[in-house]
Amino acid sequence: MHVSFEQWLTEVANYVFLALAIPTLVGAWMVVTSTNIVRAVLYLVVTLAGSAALFIMLGAEFVGWTVVLVYIGAVIILFLIGIMITRAPLGSHEELSHPATVKIPAALLSIVLFTVVAWAVADAFGGLIIPPDVGATRTGQLAEVIFQRFVIPFEVVSLVLLSALVGGIALARKDDPEEPA
Amino acid sequence: MTIAQFVILGTALFSIGLYGVITRRNAVLVLASVEVMLAAVNINLVAFDVYLADQLYAGQIFTLFIIAVAAAEVGIGLAIILMIFRNRHDADVDELDLMRY
Repeated sequence: MHVSFEQWLTEVANYVFLALAIPTLVGAWMVVTSTNIVRAVLYLVVTLAGSAALFIMLGAEFVGWTVVLVYIGAVIILFLIGIMITRAPLGSHEELSHPATVKIPAALLSIVLFTVVAWAVADAFGGLIIPPDVGATRTGQLAEVIFQRFVIPFEVVSLVLLSALVGGIALARKDDPEEPA
Repeated sequence: MTIAQFVILGTALFSIGLYGVITRRNAVLVLASVEVMLAAVNINLVAFDVYLADQLYAGQIFTLFIIAVAAAEVGIGLAIILMIFRNRHDADVDELDLMRY
């Protein structure tokens, strides 16, 4: 099932896609270029919300809302706490990024990576359409697969989270020289 | 909706994140750029999962695993940055050349 660009433009869902994809990209660009550290982290919210909306658009509703809860709810707060604790310069600061001697090669590398991968993707998958009749993935179906087929990886992830919790506390805790180890 | 539009969006996000990882000097912002790259990978996985209509929902489930591991990574990463800040009073990745030969 292939589709030409003219056919692509006639589908309403593609305009929804563009309305979500453009803020996602602009937010990502502001994350990497903003001279204000708090704004850079808050633009990450725009990018993640855009990706969550795209997941919901694709029918992956549980994944979309998990992104909202875990990333926008928890990870952004962690980032903001990290900024406050490390006394990063609030307000506008040029020193948050490298000078142009690093920026120009980095931009070239990124553009080359994007061009090569986008060309390869367009060559391999160009015009292949996602079946329009796919409904939303029910969370119950997802849970059945997680707790049957993927139960061992699920348990491993829970151990990873537990060790990250213990490790985070052990690293960030102030060592008291008076207290015997 | 074509599969290519989602994958190319993911590629663009990944490239922007790569640019941020290289050019940012503040360690917290390097971590934020890594999060942009992870979001790109997640879009890729979910798009292919829906395109293939996978019976095991492997793409969506691996996205959930990536989200969990990324949350752990941010927690540990910020704890390490906090330790570095406590010892050196700076979170600039350029100053961390102690292990450089």
